[in-house]
Amino acid sequence: MALRHFGAAAAVALTVGLGASPALAVTEIQWWHAMTGANNDVIVKLANDFNASQSDYKVIPTYKGNYPDTMNAGIAAFRAGNAPHIMQVFEVGTATMMAATGAVKPVYKLMAETGEKFDPKNYLPAITGYYSTSKGEMLSFPFNSSSTVMWVNLDELKKANVEIPKTWPEVFEAGKKLKAAGHDTCGFSGSWVTWVNLEQLSAWHNVPLSSKANGLDGFDTVLEFNGPLQVKHLENLVELQKTKVYDYAGRTNTGEGRFTSGECPIYLTSSAFFGNVKAQAKFNFTAVPMPYYPDAKGAPQNSIIGGASLWVMGGKPADDYKGVAKFLTFLSDTDRQVYIHKASGYLPITKAAYAKAKEEGFYKDQPYLETPLLELTNKEPTENSRGLRLGNMVQLRDVWSEEIEQALAGKKTAKQALDAAVERGNTMLRQFEKTAVK
Amino acid sequence: MQKQAIFQSRLLPYALVAPQLAIVLIFFYWPALQAVIQSFLLQDAFGLSSSFVWFDNYIELFRDPAYFATIVRTFFFSFAIAISSLSFALLLAVMADKPLRGSMLYRTLLIWPYAVAPPVVGVLWIFMLHPSLGVLSRYLRGLGIDWNPLLDGNQAAALVILAAAWKQISYNFLFFLAGLQSIPKSVIEAAAIDGARPMRRFWTVIFPLLSPTIFFLLVINIVYAFFDTFGIIDTMTRGGPGTSTVTLVYKVYSDGLLGGNLGSSAAQSVILMIMVIVLTGIQFRFVERKVTY
Repeated sequence: MALRHFGAAAAVALTVGLGASPALAVTEIQWWHAMTGANNDVIVKLANDFNASQSDYKVIPTYKGNYPDTMNAGIAAFRAGNAPHIMQVFEVGTATMMAATGAVKPVYKLMAETGEKFDPKNYLPAITGYYSTSKGEMLSFPFNSSSTVMWVNLDELKKANVEIPKTWPEVFEAGKKLKAAGHDTCGFSGSWVTWVNLEQLSAWHNVPLSSKANGLDGFDTVLEFNGPLQVKHLENLVELQKTKVYDYAGRTNTGEGRFTSGECPIYLTSSAFFGNVKAQAKFNFTAVPMPYYPDAKGAPQNSIIGGASLWVMGGKPADDYKGVAKFLTFLSDTDRQVYIHKASGYLPITKAAYAKAKEEGFYKDQPYLETPLLELTNKEPTENSRGLRLGNMVQLRDVWSEEIEQALAGKKTAKQALDAAVERGNTMLRQFEKTAVK
Repeated sequence: MQKQAIFQSRLLPYALVAPQLAIVLIFFYWPALQAVIQSFLLQDAFGLSSSFVWFDNYIELFRDPAYFATIVRTFFFSFAIAISSLSFALLLAVMADKPLRGSMLYRTLLIWPYAVAPPVVGVLWIFMLHPSLGVLSRYLRGLGIDWNPLLDGNQAAALVILAAAWKQISYNFLFFLAGLQSIPKSVIEAAAIDGARPMRRFWTVIFPLLSPTIFFLLVINIVYAFFDTFGIIDTMTRGGPGTSTVTLVYKVYSDGLLGGNLGSSAAQSVILMIMVIVLTGIQFRFVERKVTY
């Protein structure tokens, strides 16, 4: 462990040392991110465009591995005193970053201190709500946001004579019909099992995942997702797993190929899956809102976001912060947001950009790209659907997945599994609370 | 007395070992010491606040029945990996040691897997045995086996053991082959003249002469299985389904790096360190007696 930190610190020291050696008049802004492929191109283009637009600052984007890797690299760099200016952190790292008072500089403070024009009302509340305090102060800058949608293989549904399902009971029926029509290994499935079947399910049905507005109002939050709705949902999945009408596809998104290969005609995962579907699917497809239980009161509510945001790290010179603030303003520009939206498939973060994309008729050909936005803005967010802020979320999800897997494997009942997930999760939350900076 | 005669100066020998000592201190003892210190602290991921909590991190671990289950599981995994990769490598080495046409080619091919990084091994085996992506999974299903390591813990465990053992086979093979080739041909020929059949020659002559190699590899393999397999576990199963493939070192990784719980993670690595020291001690104390050099 210690050796690993030493290595990371040494590597960071080396890169920083090399990067800073020529005396430059421009102020360099380090931007660490986790984007690959087409999305990496978007990042590079944004940095280049910004650097070309003015001569005082230079944004240097650096790829640091996947989301957890990037976050760990940032944390290690911070401990070594060499944190980057801007760090892309996935949504589940939000609580960890927020708890690190002093390590990060809240975006609303940054904008106020540097005198940049900034109005949080310009941003889509469904997205910024996740990254804001209960008072509406924006802590990090939303960059790439997505949500859970249901991807549908239109050709296979047509062949099996199945309508696109809207509710969970309809999904179960559709799964059975699809199985009967030859999809005997998988009627429907999904990735990110806890995100889809606990986190989004709870928000979408307006039931709490945990107390204190899912942790947004304080770290002394207690998990509550062993309620009747979540238990019933897991029971349904356990029952269907036996016949493979539903077939578990793993904790992360490794199972997504089952949709593009045609094995699973109905698949719940992130809207950011769009790029891969477009590139690989040899069939007609669409993405529709997540299903809901019609007997649940008020469902569907609104969905919560996935993806990542940009955190500004603390302890940098004032001049650097001016550049960072200018860059964030640059990113908020309407045309630029429309570009990011179109090029990456991630959501636009400002109201103006959404309106403009709509106006341009962007969603006429590709209505499924609007689906996550419609879900997020379906209703005014409530305590249960504003977002999540739980400490140690990465590991928390692993623990919940472990319990769900036990239920699906028939080793525990749905209720037992969720009770255990809540209990083990609460222990971890108390641990996090102890270490969080007061 | 003769030793002192070699070095004229008293300081020279120290100066000569100093670089080596410095490397050992900086890269082995310093991090180990850091781990010990960290294990007594409760710290947030950024290191902004830390408090000294004595043995709280250890007490919490030993209060958790899941931790004992992880210890038992790790020992089972380690022995399964060590035994299967050792025996298979020995079999391959004995076969490759025979005067065969193209034996150099076989030998080279058998050494290749060692150059593959653990996470790559994981991905490789996933492509073969993933329930939906895997090529071999289809055949297994064809045979009527419900192959689903995403939900079946025993199958997942078998998968991890298989991949981890596979990666280590090359290393073992290399040492076994070298060991076999250093056995004097005359001894084997003498046994053959005395009328010993191949199997008997192997067990009574070759195997005992290989015992130093086997002993060395046993230690190396157990240390490998303890420490080096988390990359494989992370890419293949992430410890799942349930906790059926969480080993001690994977728990260190997931608690420390994914969970940001450095105190507990450090305490676990200290325990792991002690375990391996004790295990190696036992091996040298008891197993080594049976080894003839």
